[in-house]
Amino acid sequence: MLRKLLIGTALATSFAFSAHAADVKEVQMLHWWTSGGEAAALNVLKQDLAKEGYAWKDVPVAGGGGDAAMTALKAMVAAGNYPTASQMLGYTVLDYAAAGVMGDLTETAKKEGWDKSVPAALQKFSVYDGKWVAAPVNVHSVNWLWINKAVMDKIGGTEPKTFDDFIALLDKAKAAGVTPLALGGQNWQEATMFDSVVLSTGGPEFYKKAMNDLDEDSLKSDTMKKSFDNLAKLVTYVDANFSGRDWNLATAMVIKGDALVQVMGDWAKGEFHAAKKTPGTDFLCYRFPGTDGSVIYNSDMFGMFNVPEDRKAAQVALATATLSKSFQSAFNVVKGSVPARTDVPDTDFDACGKKGIADLKKANEGGTLFGSLAQGYGAPPAVANAYKDVVSKFVHGQIKTSDEAVTELVKAIDDAK
Amino acid sequence: MSTVAETQIKLTPEHDARPSTSVRSRLQDLLPKIVLAPSFAATIVFVYGFILWTIYLSFTNSKTFPSYDITGARAYQRLWRWTFESDPPSSWYTSITNMGIFGFLYIVICLALGLFLAILLDQKIRGEGMLRPIYLYPMALSFIVTGVAWKWFLDPGLGLEQTLHQWGWTSFHFDWIKNKDFVIYTVVIAGVWQASGFVMAMFLAGLRGIDGEIMKAAQIDGATTFQLYRRIVIPLLRPVFLSAFIVLAHLAIKSYDLVVALTSGGPGGSAWLPSNFMYEFTFKRNEMAVGSASAVIMLMTITAIIVPYLYSELREKSR
Repeated sequence: MLRKLLIGTALATSFAFSAHAADVKEVQMLHWWTSGGEAAALNVLKQDLAKEGYAWKDVPVAGGGGDAAMTALKAMVAAGNYPTASQMLGYTVLDYAAAGVMGDLTETAKKEGWDKSVPAALQKFSVYDGKWVAAPVNVHSVNWLWINKAVMDKIGGTEPKTFDDFIALLDKAKAAGVTPLALGGQNWQEATMFDSVVLSTGGPEFYKKAMNDLDEDSLKSDTMKKSFDNLAKLVTYVDANFSGRDWNLATAMVIKGDALVQVMGDWAKGEFHAAKKTPGTDFLCYRFPGTDGSVIYNSDMFGMFNVPEDRKAAQVALATATLSKSFQSAFNVVKGSVPARTDVPDTDFDACGKKGIADLKKANEGGTLFGSLAQGYGAPPAVANAYKDVVSKFVHGQIKTSDEAVTELVKAIDDAK
Repeated sequence: MSTVAETQIKLTPEHDARPSTSVRSRLQDLLPKIVLAPSFAATIVFVYGFILWTIYLSFTNSKTFPSYDITGARAYQRLWRWTFESDPPSSWYTSITNMGIFGFLYIVICLALGLFLAILLDQKIRGEGMLRPIYLYPMALSFIVTGVAWKWFLDPGLGLEQTLHQWGWTSFHFDWIKNKDFVIYTVVIAGVWQASGFVMAMFLAGLRGIDGEIMKAAQIDGATTFQLYRRIVIPLLRPVFLSAFIVLAHLAIKSYDLVVALTSGGPGGSAWLPSNFMYEFTFKRNEMAVGSASAVIMLMTITAIIVPYLYSELREKSR
């Protein structure tokens, strides 16, 4: 009886899975861009595709910065029910490519000249084994300062060029009774700030060796200890209530003038825009002191799955539209990031966006474009999260000295490799 | 249960042996089995099957996706090593010590508070019908709602502390939710708030089931109220303690959402419970083998606690 039962169950499940067959003229898209600005930005792509006669089937999975979506994707792929494309980050693309479920866009890439226009650092994640498997949508960079201009004027501050300048500026704000540094005490925010601190303290060469190559000597070097000491200095300028705060609430503190500055990726600009603030008059965007000329990036990509032949045309249309100059410009103006190809005109972007585009181009040519370890573009998730653990434990006092911090960092990264 | 089965067996031979009835009675015998079969199959596959699968995975080197090559007990070795890394605390050390603190306080306080409230409500007071649902109501909320509400209430910049400061008590200081050493106790507070009313209802039902004659007899013998409860009522409530313990223990062990909603992991991950550890490692860090191993250890721990307790309690009852 048990056997009959098992057969019945198996039949029922297989039927449930096969019952769903995707339409040929349809683009199935898994993503977590559900907030107002992001959804509006994605709508541009939807309309572009509609013009070519492709219907858009949204599979939004909100929450957790994509964690929920990635869990859903894992289930879909395990069931053999591939979406046309899915929003993906860094090493996830490579993991899926290694599992052999990604499609091949090399032909389209050749025709559209992606090899030349997309920065080489990004191609490390969108090309696997010589084949294009993902279409990068944008480039975010994390080494930014976001400053409230009114507060800056009140305390008579100027753009800080070095780390010491930055500390002096924070001191001024403290003396004026404003919270100097708006920080959300969640591990990814602390680690994102620490990315910039390491680049500022050790310079581009050091950042690459420690945070991308995970070179053990660099990780336990005195420069790394100094970076932790600098982080500890910065943490003395946050308010008492910072622990656990969401990043957008920290941005709101700067927008309202309760705090002077936030160190955050350029997605923070979206919050300023939503509050109807203009760069230059209401807020200022500077590179993190001592990191001008380098860009620490992360990037959203649309991973393209190995769909059946009859659905490939829709996939190619999606990929082409994603990397078209018009979409790259329209989307990134709304999203706050910069285009994933370096040949898109910057006419529609605001001052911060223009600077971002120029910086990206310069960093790409000068070889100073580095993946953010905190954002999962420096090392696989296991390592990146071990890193976030150590930084967060250091900020919150479980790890007490910078000596201990580098020992823990080496150990944690070793463990996770 | 057993008496029902016996009567059925006894009844069957007394029926007429006509073929139609025999088919019908056989069908009647089969019907419960047919109805139960789907859920039985589902349980076999989705509970016990996946337990075995998890155990299997914990011995592989699965990362993002399951891999089926057995590579030995490396995941367990790592967890074992992390068990003793207390300074600075490893995530696993934090998770299991938190489980100890949370599990113990949550169960003990819920039982004590639940019993206390039940005894008070049992004093034939007016308005009991209104008070009971008030205490019971938190149980109707999901952990997410409880977590978010308490997060706001305990946040020093929004909730209790801020309000008292505005009322003039400026020296008041309560920032446990932001403090790595105390954040786990805020999880206890929220958890107790949610579950103690439910435990109260269980005890109240137990109290109502106690024979009034025994109480009267004890009172005639000159027992004080305290003695009455200490020597008679509480020992008689023993089965309720068992049920409440089992409900609370499994709630404590599966608490995941409460920690996430209330603390989002706490400062530096200081509020993690083993369930958070398991989810984090399996789905966010792509270390499926370690995640599976931690799940297996959780299962073993629960088994080691619950089974002897169940065994001793149930054996005594049948004696």
